[in-house]
Amino acid sequence: MTVRGEYLGMPLVINDLQHEYREFFGYCAKHDLHLQNCDDCKLFRYPPTTACPFCASPKATWKPVEGKGTLYSYGEVHHAIQPVFRQYSPYMLLLVELDTQKGKPGEYDGLRFTGNLAKPDGDLAPPELVRSVGIGTRLRIVYKDAGDGISMPLWTIDETATQPAKPWRYAIE
Amino acid sequence: MAASGDINADSEKFLRGKYAIVGVGETAYVRGSGRTTRSMGTEAVRKAIEDAGLKPSDVDGMLSYSYNDSTFSPTIAGDLGIRPNFYMDVYGGGSSTEALIGIAMGVIEAGMCRTVVIFRAMNGFSEIRIGGTGGRGAVAPVGGDGLFTRSYGLSSAGQMFCQSFMRHMYDYGTTPEQVAMVKVIHSEHASSNPKAFYKKRMTVEDVINSRMIVKPLHLLDCCVETDNGTAIVITRIDRARDCRHAPAVIQSVVGRCCKPRPDMHYQAGPISTVAGHYAKDILWPNAGLGPEDVDVTGSYDAFTFTTMLQLEDYGFCKKGDGGVYVSDGTMRLGGRRPNNTSGGHLCEGYTHGVNMVIENVRQLRHDIDDSCPMGANGKRQHSYDYREGGCRQVKKVEVTANLGWAMPGTGSAMVMAQDNR
Repeated sequence: MTVRGEYLGMPLVINDLQHEYREFFGYCAKHDLHLQNCDDCKLFRYPPTTACPFCASPKATWKPVEGKGTLYSYGEVHHAIQPVFRQYSPYMLLLVELDTQKGKPGEYDGLRFTGNLAKPDGDLAPPELVRSVGIGTRLRIVYKDAGDGISMPLWTIDETATQPAKPWRYAIE
Repeated sequence: MAASGDINADSEKFLRGKYAIVGVGETAYVRGSGRTTRSMGTEAVRKAIEDAGLKPSDVDGMLSYSYNDSTFSPTIAGDLGIRPNFYMDVYGGGSSTEALIGIAMGVIEAGMCRTVVIFRAMNGFSEIRIGGTGGRGAVAPVGGDGLFTRSYGLSSAGQMFCQSFMRHMYDYGTTPEQVAMVKVIHSEHASSNPKAFYKKRMTVEDVINSRMIVKPLHLLDCCVETDNGTAIVITRIDRARDCRHAPAVIQSVVGRCCKPRPDMHYQAGPISTVAGHYAKDILWPNAGLGPEDVDVTGSYDAFTFTTMLQLEDYGFCKKGDGGVYVSDGTMRLGGRRPNNTSGGHLCEGYTHGVNMVIENVRQLRHDIDDSCPMGANGKRQHSYDYREGGCRQVKKVEVTANLGWAMPGTGSAMVMAQDNR
């Protein structure tokens, strides 16, 4: 069945053929992070795929993954393209590297999530919070419910983690 | 660092020196063309065929690329009376140019046709803007792959590339001022290009002080969106030698070479390394040349950063030294290896790569269309005075390289040389 939701006023849709996406966002709807784990090479992958990017095996099992990681890189949008994002600018385009499978299968590889910086309640981060985050900041996953069978994963500062004294930020604020 | 050199591109029958670009054509680079892509495509193709000294009936192959924002080959063929023995219109933007040149060589080699024209016609400012500004795409429902991108306000090229650019600054200490020099230098070149949409010379301060679009990209780190048609004609070297101008001989092409995970390149690290890292291992061995042999480069400048990342990963400098390379004067007219002497996408106009190939063809012909006076032989008498409004012909050009960018994970490239028979 087609999953429909709404997030920040944007209609979301996962049609009934996109089984992998339905699974992923279905776990998100339970505020639970699961990724496909290859039955053959045992590696996780992101985003969901129809076969294993590392060994081409079609067989995978959804397994829980800890939603914690480090900011690997980012962009900061000041001129939004999508109208809905104008009211939230500046907003951060995060690339969060999970602790899980960091440095695998290659030394510089990892599970890197796209996403936005949010407050702990899942609302997009205000400017002062955006300015406090940079490469190296420890983040944890949060969810914003968007409908039956779909919640959007987002990232917030991990209050329990040891944070870098000064996360790396672009030279000009 | 991912292992390089795991591709043996030295096939027994590669086509070094066997094909050439013989004709180039373009419309004006404008905002608000007031006409269709069909009209612009037709003009560009007609001019390229004329430039080659050929008739439309001499051309029997056509290739084009678009984002469903253009006119397909059969329509342009009809307008010009071309009867194609082969045509194909593919989906794609940046880096398609060099890839289609390779395909053109292949289809001619296969005997499917004799001479191919490649065109790209787009109202990139007045109809469909690649950045998505104001388009229906910006408000369409989010589904499929877009759930991992557009749902996060991650949709335009700048928004998709910024993480790679930022990580290069983090990994190598690249500064905003170094990268801004790409715009500064390309604007200097454009100031001597009567065709350029932006002819004004810019400073580092102009770039740094322009408004922020998406960190680390200021407005002037981004290319100009324009309306234009561009075209090139390719044929086998024996036929090329009968054409009007000296052929720009193709030494090597790489088409849409990818990093691992082209579906989502952020997964394969380091993300500050781009597709050129892989493409270089096809480009240089097939050309029988290396970066040190190249006199002029055309490194795709959708953004200041894309020029830098590609020059670095194709080996024009040490990995990580891209910021130094683009700012130390090497790629300025009069420098060791000028880049984008037309002003490129940042200043001349946005064509998804064709205009950078056109410019290098003219450099190799020693026939750049600047403001230098015409001589009795119908060619410009170049002064090599690179001040504003002056010359942009490079004094000695035997070998050029084009480095085409689709995205950090995908790129194409081509080496051309003067005919040395």
